[in-house]
Amino acid sequence: MKELMLGNKAVARGLYEAGCSVISSYPGTPSTEITEEAAKYDEIYCEWAPNEKVALESAHGASLGGVRSACAMKHVGLNVAADPLFTIAYQGVNAGLVICVADDPGMHSSQNEQDSRHYAEAAKVPMLEPSDSAEALLFAKRAYEISEAYCTPVLLKMCTRVAHSQSVVEPGERVVPEQVPYRKDPTKVMMTVNSRNAHLRVEQRTKDLIAWAETCDLNRVEMGSTELGIICDSTSYQYAREVFGDNASYLKLGMIYPMPEQLIVDFAARVDRCIVLEELDPFIENHCKKLGVAVAGKELFPVCGEFSQNLVRSCMSLPVPERVHIDDAIPARPPVMCAGCPHRGIFYTLSKRKYMVYGDIGCYTLGAVAPLNAMDLNVCMGASCSGLHGFNKAMGAEGERKSVGVIGDSTFAHSGVTGIMNIAYNMSNSTIIILDNSITGMTGHQQNPTTGKNLRGEPAGKVDLEALCRALGFQRVRVVDPYQLDTVDKVIQDELAAEEPSIIISRRPCVMIKGVKHNPPLEVQTDKCVGCKACMRIGCPAISVKDGKARIDNTLCIGCKVCSQMCRFGAL
Amino acid sequence: METKNIMIVGVGGQGTLLASKLLGHVLLHQGYDVKVSEVHGMSQRGGSVVTYVRYGEKVYSPVIDMGEADIILSFEKLEAARWLEYLKPGGLIITNTQEMEPMPVITGAAIYPDSLIEKMQAAGANVYAADFLALAEEAGSSKAVNIALMGCLSNYFPEISAETWQEALTANVPGKFLELNRKAFALGQSAKRKCDKC
Repeated sequence: MKELMLGNKAVARGLYEAGCSVISSYPGTPSTEITEEAAKYDEIYCEWAPNEKVALESAHGASLGGVRSACAMKHVGLNVAADPLFTIAYQGVNAGLVICVADDPGMHSSQNEQDSRHYAEAAKVPMLEPSDSAEALLFAKRAYEISEAYCTPVLLKMCTRVAHSQSVVEPGERVVPEQVPYRKDPTKVMMTVNSRNAHLRVEQRTKDLIAWAETCDLNRVEMGSTELGIICDSTSYQYAREVFGDNASYLKLGMIYPMPEQLIVDFAARVDRCIVLEELDPFIENHCKKLGVAVAGKELFPVCGEFSQNLVRSCMSLPVPERVHIDDAIPARPPVMCAGCPHRGIFYTLSKRKYMVYGDIGCYTLGAVAPLNAMDLNVCMGASCSGLHGFNKAMGAEGERKSVGVIGDSTFAHSGVTGIMNIAYNMSNSTIIILDNSITGMTGHQQNPTTGKNLRGEPAGKVDLEALCRALGFQRVRVVDPYQLDTVDKVIQDELAAEEPSIIISRRPCVMIKGVKHNPPLEVQTDKCVGCKACMRIGCPAISVKDGKARIDNTLCIGCKVCSQMCRFGAL
Repeated sequence: METKNIMIVGVGGQGTLLASKLLGHVLLHQGYDVKVSEVHGMSQRGGSVVTYVRYGEKVYSPVIDMGEADIILSFEKLEAARWLEYLKPGGLIITNTQEMEPMPVITGAAIYPDSLIEKMQAAGANVYAADFLALAEEAGSSKAVNIALMGCLSNYFPEISAETWQEALTANVPGKFLELNRKAFALGQSAKRKCDKC
């Protein structure tokens, strides 16, 4: 029966139908729902790993153990998993292994806009690229066939608009292949002669895959007018069809690595003029040019940002639709920390003291926005710990006394542990604040190794953060309640003044976790409120000032009383 | 038929995703090809959110671009104005009159523009505005504002039967909130009917 299905859910469905039995992933927008949806099938064992490298190695382990396996991650997650990826490409698989990676053109929820297709080429691993949910389901299944036929992991590349769009699919039945027996094979140890032979196999595999790509049904030609030929992939195909309909011919590439050669040459020969439509880097375009096919690509369309039908129209000098317009400036509505967010007290304090704050990846990156403005920079998962260490090595005591690294619990488990190990081992007097809100917040509330629950919310192992930090060499490990502004301020000052590295654990669960108790909303005592706006300095979306008096939105306020501590007049 | 475009816009946390799920459900049931494109992640933290719903014989692009929307269903007044340029000239805006101040307005860095409904109308939009929050509260919960708005939107789909809408509610709303949401849907639906009579 036909169903409207989210792209990521369709991937999960495809994995399910292909008989996938083990999935290990780390959450990251826009890839998270692949694993969450797969976990709804009892037949698939699903887990959140501490990071993408661990996830990929675990999924590959399951493949070696003989069952079809998968992992999912966002584009930057593949950087973390790149180390195993390049050698798993040599090592091969036992049962099929599919690695789902989701790019984020337009950076709706990411710190960069990297193009994952380069990884397929660099690691010499085939990559499939669906353009809607029906293809997402189909390609997930086909990926396993390719993986097993060519003894290779297969990358399944999503992007935000495919991952987070619903379109029509027709689900099928699950078919589970027999478990492949594990046999010890001395050539599987990747060293010296084995690696050299493996590399030769990989090169031959790519040649074989190119030959297969020439005729495989994942790449297809749709002939319309031969005045214009468009070579495209993913959502670019959808935008092209939207704009040109039958007034162009299309070569839609569903397997983006390796790409066919003759198929492209022949297609280009059938049309008067050939363009390449692809988001981000000129990946297909460079391939065409290498083949000597005359195409126009990035001289027409931008490298940066997401495409849309109007963008295609204007780049092709076609008219765009008329608009309705008013002159008023519409104030921006940026995302904000939730009312009652436990991160707020920490960032207010850091902002007040004007410390240098090396941030990290998560909800708390919102500490950077007005009025808190409490973050100097961030880079990638875990950089707050290792980056601050290097900063302090350069700055000496001047830096050490006025700078902190700030990292969430999930990000700490992901990549912060080795960073603070370096602080302890190489002895910089650095101070790291772990914002322990007992959840992976930004990606929609996933469990992690510090929460004591597994992906299904069942009891699981739990990292003891204090004991871990002490074991890594920190003598000073303090725990604070971020709602207690005076204590937070004092503890941070004490730890910055201390002549040794410190960990401050700010511990309070995210207010959005189901079951976390909320206090009744606060009421403003209007007779006491003088309208000084001191309460506004914490940037709580529940507080505004109207007619010279503070006002609390009781649908948002959860009674955390951080604002009460800002008020000198006892009005809150 | 030509592809039709509906945008659902609001503030992260207002329940736009459930509204689009409901709409997608009925359109698919009606036999259309449908695409629904959503925003997850960062923007959901109280930011401006948009969902694109497209339906017709065959839908290609998952997104709606400027000047293409037939209807904008807005959960908050400022959001209707923010996405106004996506409307076709003469297109319909159904908006909640609720005002939610964004952080730049709260901090005084920007002002919430006045007379937005009149201005949008003057610019060539066909605007229907009502206090859907009050209707949701009347039904039993401010959280049902999304369903009250859907009730109003349902008036513009004469081809879709009342049963199909009710079925979609049953399929997408948790059982214990179903009665409340049915009531919110009915209130939203009749709000528009009352207005047409006057």
